[in-house]
Amino acid sequence: MSSENQESEAPLEFGEEKQDSQEKDANPVKSEEAKLKAKYPNLGQKPGGSDFLMKRLQKGQKYFDSGDYNMAKAKMKSKQLPVAGQEKGLVTGDHIPTPQDLPQRKSSLVTSKLAG
Amino acid sequence: MAGVGGGNDFQWCFSQVKGAIDEDVAEADIISTVEFNYSGDLLATGDKGGRVVIFQREQESKNRPLSRGEYNVYSTFQSHEPEFDYLKSLEIEEKINKIRWLPQQNAAHFLLSTNDKTIKLWKISERDKRAEGYNLKDEDGRLRDPFRITSLRVPVLMPMDLMVEASPRRIFANAHTYHINSISVNSDHETYLSADDLRINLWHLEITDRSFNIVDIKPANMEELTEVITAAECHPHQCNVFVYSSSKGTIRLCDMRASALCDRHSKFFEEPEDPSSRSFFSEIISSISDVKFSHSGRYMMTRDYLSVKVWDLNMENRPVETYQVHEYLRSKLCSLYENDCIFDKFECCWNGSDSAIMTGSYNNFFRMFDRNTRRDITLEASRENSKPRAILKPRKVCTGGKRKKDEISVDSLDFNKKILHTAWHPKENVIAVAATNNLYIFQDKIN
Repeated sequence: MSSENQESEAPLEFGEEKQDSQEKDANPVKSEEAKLKAKYPNLGQKPGGSDFLMKRLQKGQKYFDSGDYNMAKAKMKSKQLPVAGQEKGLVTGDHIPTPQDLPQRKSSLVTSKLAG
Repeated sequence: MAGVGGGNDFQWCFSQVKGAIDEDVAEADIISTVEFNYSGDLLATGDKGGRVVIFQREQESKNRPLSRGEYNVYSTFQSHEPEFDYLKSLEIEEKINKIRWLPQQNAAHFLLSTNDKTIKLWKISERDKRAEGYNLKDEDGRLRDPFRITSLRVPVLMPMDLMVEASPRRIFANAHTYHINSISVNSDHETYLSADDLRINLWHLEITDRSFNIVDIKPANMEELTEVITAAECHPHQCNVFVYSSSKGTIRLCDMRASALCDRHSKFFEEPEDPSSRSFFSEIISSISDVKFSHSGRYMMTRDYLSVKVWDLNMENRPVETYQVHEYLRSKLCSLYENDCIFDKFECCWNGSDSAIMTGSYNNFFRMFDRNTRRDITLEASRENSKPRAILKPRKVCTGGKRKKDEISVDSLDFNKKILHTAWHPKENVIAVAATNNLYIFQDKIN
């Protein structure tokens, strides 16, 4: 384990071997960033933006509305109901959660296996 | 290689493992919090199924002087149950986010447990006596016919098998719009704080129908939201001081004597960022997942995605120590973002004397850093090393090309085996490590 002794009052870093220079440090991250941008070109610049945080705050929300559901069913008639997208819980536009999308009833309460 | 925690001969050994060896782990069995009480005699775990299991340390017996007390099940109960908020169409998970013990004041033990919305105060008490010979009741509890009772019989207390009962004494509900991430008992032993993504409330342990809001960072316009609260803790000695960390990697220290609403901090801790290293991932990996004061109250420790930092409360502009937990993950950030692992919230903890710190990583690895000797070690919680008193071998992750024997390459790490929760006994070198659905207990080797 290497540690750097600097003349200034800078704090010491411990643990893994520190890279030679800041540039080397930033490179793996920059190439990772490039990889991500290549995969998802529509990704916004600021991951910490309000959309991202709002999603975090909304964890657990299910918007199933039986009224909407039955109306949509009546409208669609024989067609398939639009199924909520991959992102569970985040429902936009015409997509409405259907009973199939909601999580299954949780199993009855049993004692923890740690206590077994 | 010498371990961490004191002395050159120091080594960690396996002591116990709790939980099933299932291949398919049920979500409810995933341990979500681990906490020793103030004496270290009790160890509590909470899981995603809303259950709490408390282990008690056996008294060291004279017959086996070389074996330290083992932890055995003391009590288990269902703390929280799944709920559905019909008004907001919101499912409330029963997962226990945090458990915090109260200092012991009498024979009973008290702890606070919380899920996303509700905090409960539980009393755990022992019953080892039972009254027998009631005047008006039969032994099986049926009421005796009063007209048949001709003499007075005074009940006597008879010993019985120990029964440990857990009962909810207080339920602190309806005070959080967002998800509770932290609870912390104040040093005054009367109040505690609870923090969600945007607000922090101060409660009195006796009063459940109201709480005092002390921090509110919700913007008037939610579009302007830039950061959330990720963790909060009361100072261990100064009951007017607490800290809270943010998703932007900053920590604010607040003094409740300064004003009733602590929106304005007394101290603001932030390490300046090198602008050249800024990337898409910068803010995400700087998000602090845990903040813990040292026992001394002089320092605090923060955990972000790749490192643990120790801060001196007297110096706000940078940490005094930085420890790299798994720097090799820097070259994997893209895939870690895609599989959501980059959002994993690791906790960290101090040992009793504040000389060492511990935190978890992936592949069931956990890391310890000795602040005095500057040594660090990587250990693994695995059933392969689970012979009683087996010494844990240090593990090493290979980053470069040539992989040495016994090393593991970064690409072989199992990112589903994460150690998010660890706890260190307040006085001894005994640690509890939660590996998904198993709880490992390790101790120092007795020479």
